[in-house]
Amino acid sequence: MSKRRLPTVKELPPCKTTSAPESVKTGSWRSFKPVFSRDECAKCGMCWMYCPEGAVKMLPDGFFEVDYEYCKGCGVCANECPTKSIQIVRE
Amino acid sequence: MAKIEVLTGTGAAAYGAKLARVEVVPAYPITPQSATVEYIASMIADGELDAEYVEVESENTAMSICQGASLAGCRVFTATSSVGLAYMHSPVWHAASLRLPIVMAIANRAIGIASLWCDHSDAIELRDTGWMQFYAENNQEILDTIIQAYRIAEDKRVLLPAMVNFDGFYLSHLADSLEIPDQEAVDKFLPRYKPEHVYLDPERPIRYGGLATPQDFTEYRYKQHEAQENAKTVITEVGEGYGKAFGRKYGLLDEYRSKDAEAVLVTMGSMTGTARAVVDKLRAEGKAIGLVKLRTFRPFPAEVLRSLLAGKRSVGVVERSISAGSWGPAFPEVRAALYDLPERPVVLDFVVGLGGRDVRLEDVENAARKTYEAVERRLEEKTDWIQVRL
Amino acid sequence: MSRVFKELYTPEEAVAPGFSTCPGCAMPIVYRHAINALGKNTVSIHAAGCAAAMAAVTLVSATSSLFENAASFAAGVKIGLTKKGRSMNVLAFIGDGGTVDIGLQALSGAAERGDPIIYLCYDNEAYMNTGIQRSSSTTMGAWTSTTPVGKVKRGKRSTPKDVPMIMAAHRIPYVATASVAYLLDFVRKVKKAAEVTQKGEGMAYIHVHSPCPTGWGFPTEKSVEVARLAVQTGMWPLYEVDHGVLRITQTVKERKPVAEYLRAQRRFRHLAEEEIKKVQSYVDGRCLEIEGRQQQPK
Repeated sequence: MSKRRLPTVKELPPCKTTSAPESVKTGSWRSFKPVFSRDECAKCGMCWMYCPEGAVKMLPDGFFEVDYEYCKGCGVCANECPTKSIQIVRE
Repeated sequence: MAKIEVLTGTGAAAYGAKLARVEVVPAYPITPQSATVEYIASMIADGELDAEYVEVESENTAMSICQGASLAGCRVFTATSSVGLAYMHSPVWHAASLRLPIVMAIANRAIGIASLWCDHSDAIELRDTGWMQFYAENNQEILDTIIQAYRIAEDKRVLLPAMVNFDGFYLSHLADSLEIPDQEAVDKFLPRYKPEHVYLDPERPIRYGGLATPQDFTEYRYKQHEAQENAKTVITEVGEGYGKAFGRKYGLLDEYRSKDAEAVLVTMGSMTGTARAVVDKLRAEGKAIGLVKLRTFRPFPAEVLRSLLAGKRSVGVVERSISAGSWGPAFPEVRAALYDLPERPVVLDFVVGLGGRDVRLEDVENAARKTYEAVERRLEEKTDWIQVRL
Repeated sequence: MSRVFKELYTPEEAVAPGFSTCPGCAMPIVYRHAINALGKNTVSIHAAGCAAAMAAVTLVSATSSLFENAASFAAGVKIGLTKKGRSMNVLAFIGDGGTVDIGLQALSGAAERGDPIIYLCYDNEAYMNTGIQRSSSTTMGAWTSTTPVGKVKRGKRSTPKDVPMIMAAHRIPYVATASVAYLLDFVRKVKKAAEVTQKGEGMAYIHVHSPCPTGWGFPTEKSVEVARLAVQTGMWPLYEVDHGVLRITQTVKERKPVAEYLRAQRRFRHLAEEEIKKVQSYVDGRCLEIEGRQQQPK
């Protein structure tokens, strides 16, 4: 694996400045993951609203899906879902 | 046309800020600087200065408002002293790291032992922060230096904040006849502040001034250090430019009768005026003595100092603060600058004027005679506390 | 499309995922929706604390102040922008530590001067980022690492500082409490805050309850539920003080016993019946006070 090349004094701006989001792949943190089922889903949007990670994305057809790259497996979506259409399973 | 006015040091500082067309001024009172912010309040109230006056509830807030407004692209100014400067200690460090060209006037006042009167300890203790530090000898210098400080600080090669120091009461409260440059002439000399390194643009969002990790802290600190080195050039350039525009030239140092001197005093601040008189007196006795005034303490003008003091027999550093447990703060730096000379002068340290004790002619004369008579180094030269009653 | 979306939905998320807060942390929910509500023309000021993680992923300009000067720093940005003839929402997103303790002076000064910033305090009731040390916002009786439960001492002794009421006493144009469990209410309050500050009327202050699974001791999935319990027991009343007029924004007809809220968290596990009764009477008193101050609009 090659070592990451770090910027030199010349390449850095005067003060620490970054422009892109510095995201961490927090999906690697989890032990549990949410599984969404469309059968009972009422498309209410609670999961999208309450996901602390913003890892629940709305699809064009009104249903929702999880971005597993970032989902930490906290389970808030399942806890808040009024129709209990989200199951938390061990990974 | 420039006009002549009689102004105190605080007035000179206020006029400097006004001529520099500062845009945001957070203001908090503290002896002996309060009149600076009072003058500015009047100037704004009368429409003479188009700036936002922010009535802050503490000095910490004053420096924080300076930072925020500077980030938004404004030219900012504030003033403080002693414990007020200490209360903004944390944001002062932060301002230098954020590379914001803030200019702050400081009426030097002792800190630590409760005192209202002058010494240099308040600003000197912040010498590591990355702020540039200028020490004015007289009220004209205060006004001139504030104008130059903005041009130096905002230069892309520098981008560091600057402290313009002047002795509390000795300069802040004593009036002098000053030449106030014309606003148009100052506008030509000092263009509007247009930052490129900071911007708040919704189309180009940035995260500015976040946590530096062990992987990049050294580099950012080095950049500050580089900027201080660049400042030496820029201060000289701007000082010469000021001379061309307004007839008063400035540099990193000033020297008086030092070229053919055998002994040289090194001074900072208003005591320089007294030292000039002492030099003349000793010269009249046939003693080849001169002086060098440190106008800038940061960046420390080691190279110029070395070239001025090379070949001298002895150097006497006369300073207005002491680092408890060590020497006065300027002494080790002067000595270190001269250490590499093939023939090192004897360097002596004299501490005077702490907590507002008058630096009289006889005190400087005491230091000057001792410096002149020092022909060889003594083992374990200690700091000479000239005025202490033991 | 649900009502939720009509009020909250924005075509672009203003915060990217992938930040280093604990799983189940309620704070990013607060931040995400605040920034969505405020929009792109916003600059976000962060201080030391858990929310520093948000500065890394927000898609609006962000900068970091020191711990004690968040309100002043934000005020400086706003004053500078206004001097330049520019208008942006200036949001200070600070935790309870940096607000009710070390940051209170700066906050008070900015409020008194009428600096038009949106100050959003997310209250997780302790200095969570440094390891769950107590703040003056911590509920009485709570275990924290600096108010631990032992033979001699049993958790935090004092009642929490009522900073929303302190801000209301500053007569700023808009003060509100909010909860992560009542997001529509929260977003409406953020939008009111934006309106008030865009008009330059003065500071808008919103104090949001943000439960912390790590520090309070409950399963990660219960964050929103615990916040809801806080409101339903009267522990965290939701109200706003809009230009001096207090209005309860979430009426709770029959308050659940506070014991339900306390027993859901390990930090209160040690509380005896007597101690819980004390908390109940504190809550009862406070709710009476707030209801008493409520004025009917004319």
